[in-house]
Amino acid sequence: MNVREKVIEIIAEQAVLDPSDVKPEHTLEDLGIDSLGLVESIFAIEEAFDISVPFNANAPEESEFDISSVEAIICAVTGLVSQQA
Amino acid sequence: MRRVVITGAGTINALGHDVPTTLEAMREGRCGIGPLDIRDVDRLAVKIGGQVKGFDETEHFNRQQIALYDRFTQFTVLAARQAMAQSGLEFRGALADRSGVVLGTSGGGLTTQDENYRVVYEEGKNRVHPFIVPKLMNNAAASHVSMEWNLRGPSFTVATACASSNHAMGLAFQMIRSGMADAMITGGSESMLVFGGVKAWEGLRVMSKDACRPFCATRNGMVQGEGAGVFVFEEYEAARARGAEILAEVVGFAMSSDASDIVMPSKQGAARAIAGALADARLDRGQVGYINAHGTGTAANDKTECAAVADVFGTHADRLMISSTKSMHGHLIGGTGAVELLACIMALRDGVIAPTINYEEPDPECALDVVPNEAREADVDVVLSNAFAFGGLNAVLALRKAE
Repeated sequence: MNVREKVIEIIAEQAVLDPSDVKPEHTLEDLGIDSLGLVESIFAIEEAFDISVPFNANAPEESEFDISSVEAIICAVTGLVSQQA
Repeated sequence: MRRVVITGAGTINALGHDVPTTLEAMREGRCGIGPLDIRDVDRLAVKIGGQVKGFDETEHFNRQQIALYDRFTQFTVLAARQAMAQSGLEFRGALADRSGVVLGTSGGGLTTQDENYRVVYEEGKNRVHPFIVPKLMNNAAASHVSMEWNLRGPSFTVATACASSNHAMGLAFQMIRSGMADAMITGGSESMLVFGGVKAWEGLRVMSKDACRPFCATRNGMVQGEGAGVFVFEEYEAARARGAEILAEVVGFAMSSDASDIVMPSKQGAARAIAGALADARLDRGQVGYINAHGTGTAANDKTECAAVADVFGTHADRLMISSTKSMHGHLIGGTGAVELLACIMALRDGVIAPTINYEEPDPECALDVVPNEAREADVDVVLSNAFAFGGLNAVLALRKAE
């Protein structure tokens, strides 16, 4: 499973949706994921890829990790995974 | 209804090991937050806290006591000694039977838990010290205080996360006011600055890695502290009859539940508790001169709290002062309201309003007089102390200047 599929799977599970219903352009808000769902998703991503995601719930917009859409999250995770490799 | 006054106060926290040192630090706007000195700190992402420094348990307790007192109990007993010495009260006979201990804590003996999980899980040992349970239980501190000063009436521990000690003190107040008890030792304690305690908070991603900056546009989260605040609450006529020094009068208390979210605060829940405390004290909102804020320095709390204050006080919200001393001593979780009550006493008795330090730039969503960076002299008659816990459990106390 590649990064894209895995991230979508994690987000879909959090949103209680089928992965096929999660589109790259969706925001987390579109998917009904709240602040707790977000930190849980980030935790799941960290565990799945063995990476550390720079994210502070107090200032999401200032975090280096872009969460503005599913596509943005996939890009950010891809970046972190490649840095680690 | 009977009146309730505070006749003794004690504390140990990151700002000082007693009340005068703590109040001096608050007056000077000193910061007690710094690098954490705990085991495995290199494995933490959050490496700062309001840690109690220079504390040697062997200076205060004997070997048997240390074997039974977790750090949170040590903090409590130390603060209770100071409060009892100041009050001059002794619990004997009928007074002992009608006096008790209500304390707040969230984590209880977390140091003991952390150390002993290491022993069995990390080190793989199959034997632990026999006193782990009496040491870690949340009521250990309340029980040791009752034993040391012979309080034989109603005693228990309250755990409502960040509102624990405000709930505890509010209940102690109500118990004396209603005639159920004549004197109470109350307040709270917390000692969560251990690897597991900080790691758990880290997971929630609401902690700051550099500083606690409540109400400031650049705030980026809370910083944990540790310590205790303990008070002697007493029925007013009895305190006056024995010539006790009255530090302040407790005049109102209200609790509310948001009934909405396990971590996100609610403006309505906070506002109901603030308005409830005023109504309970039969105070007009215009009488309130200062509010010791919950002011955690998280994005969510500070704007919600300011909106709740604006809602309750209307135009008077712009005339009152509101500060968060957590910027100096950190968030003591279950003990925080007790240490913050000291700032309320300082405001009423000494006419000094503790500042919100680390304040850099205004946040339009927190547009109140937050007493930035420097303490202020002001004559205030009535103050409030806010506490809004995770889980949406709110507790607000109202205090008035001693007559």
